[in-house]
Amino acid sequence: MRNGTLDGGFDGREPIYVQIADRIRHEVLSGTLKEDDQVMSTTQYATTYRINPATAAKAFAQLVDEGVLFKKRGIGMFVSPNARALLADEGRERFFADVVEPMIAEARMLGIPLTEVANRIAEADITQADITPADRVAEGERR
Amino acid sequence: MTGFQVQAVDLSINYGNTVAVDRIGFTLEPGKIHGLLGRNGSGKTTLLSVLAGLRRPTTGRVLVDGVDPFENARVMAGTCLIRESGDLIATDRVGRVLDFAAALRPDWDADFAAQLIARFGLSLDKKASALSRGQRSALGVVLGLAARSPLTMLDEVYLGMDAPTRYAFYDELLADYVEHPRTIILSSHLIDEIERLFEGVLVLHEGRVLVNDDADAMRGRGASVTGPADVVDQFVATLIVDGVRALGAQRLGSTKQVSIFGDVDSDTRLQARALGLEIGSMPLQDLFVHLTDSGREILR
Repeated sequence: MRNGTLDGGFDGREPIYVQIADRIRHEVLSGTLKEDDQVMSTTQYATTYRINPATAAKAFAQLVDEGVLFKKRGIGMFVSPNARALLADEGRERFFADVVEPMIAEARMLGIPLTEVANRIAEADITQADITPADRVAEGERR
Repeated sequence: MTGFQVQAVDLSINYGNTVAVDRIGFTLEPGKIHGLLGRNGSGKTTLLSVLAGLRRPTTGRVLVDGVDPFENARVMAGTCLIRESGDLIATDRVGRVLDFAAALRPDWDADFAAQLIARFGLSLDKKASALSRGQRSALGVVLGLAARSPLTMLDEVYLGMDAPTRYAFYDELLADYVEHPRTIILSSHLIDEIERLFEGVLVLHEGRVLVNDDADAMRGRGASVTGPADVVDQFVATLIVDGVRALGAQRLGSTKQVSIFGDVDSDTRLQARALGLEIGSMPLQDLFVHLTDSGREILR
């Protein structure tokens, strides 16, 4: 798990605790972390990524507030039973603003007709049509 | 929380006519890892030597665990300052240096010291004078960590260490701090590598306190605004009205990037995005360089 570099795979664009929280959210969404799984302790996080334990604790506090994680006193932090559904709902809400709108802007800038973009999406939909969402997650992990 | 609290009250330290520390006041919370940052000559080492009771303030005072540390046996027994020089007796062998520390330090952990000696590849039979610069620094780290002092101060202690040794130092420091929380002050002018270890940050500049803040809060306060020059200028002008400071600007063709320091809320960030501007966070190292480059204006 430990990375060869000091930054442990975090870049400088966002505060580290925001990046830790994002990483855990992503692991829950992708199914790497399953519901009721125990997550690494703040101590393990701190020593693995060479960050102050208080910084790691901030990420966990944020995720507890959001309902993604819950604390079992004296044992540790666990993934909430509905965490994945919760994150998927939020992700769907933000998807168009965060992904689709910038994509449209970028396509316009590059002079790619939106019909071409739409066709490409339709193609992807046909090739993926007989794969269930769970298989897609598994495929994502293999990549 | 275990560990000593550290306070300075209206503290000045002069060397002859030179003012090294100029009427500063601050409090460092106990049980945290604090970064003491400043350029060369900013007063870091002078401040540490007063906190360690090696010299007295010219005026004002310092309080360690609530009392003046100078010639206070209880506080001195719990205070450990490792200076860059190592303060080693050249003819002593490493083993004897450890024995001496064991005799002086009430919370000395000999097993941990032995483990660190092995981790850093130091030989107990070697004379202090025969150690390389990096090995002397590593021995300093062994002395500083194995003492488990409620106030542990490491002054530029990693100088001369190669990268694997520095990483080993960071790992050992964090693992031991988690097991045995205490007040740790790490002074540094090289910030990039070490800044993630800090919970608090105290920045000295020309003998004054420039910043004393939670490290994550400070990280959140530095940002860069990038975009078309005229849009950036207008946007930054509105931020300045709200108390944000512009630290510096760079221009590349029609694109401009302004470094800012201050609280930028999420509404303002959205507003920037709507204007086609990019707001990026700034590494603590860059923020430090900007702040200490233009430090005088910030202090005013």
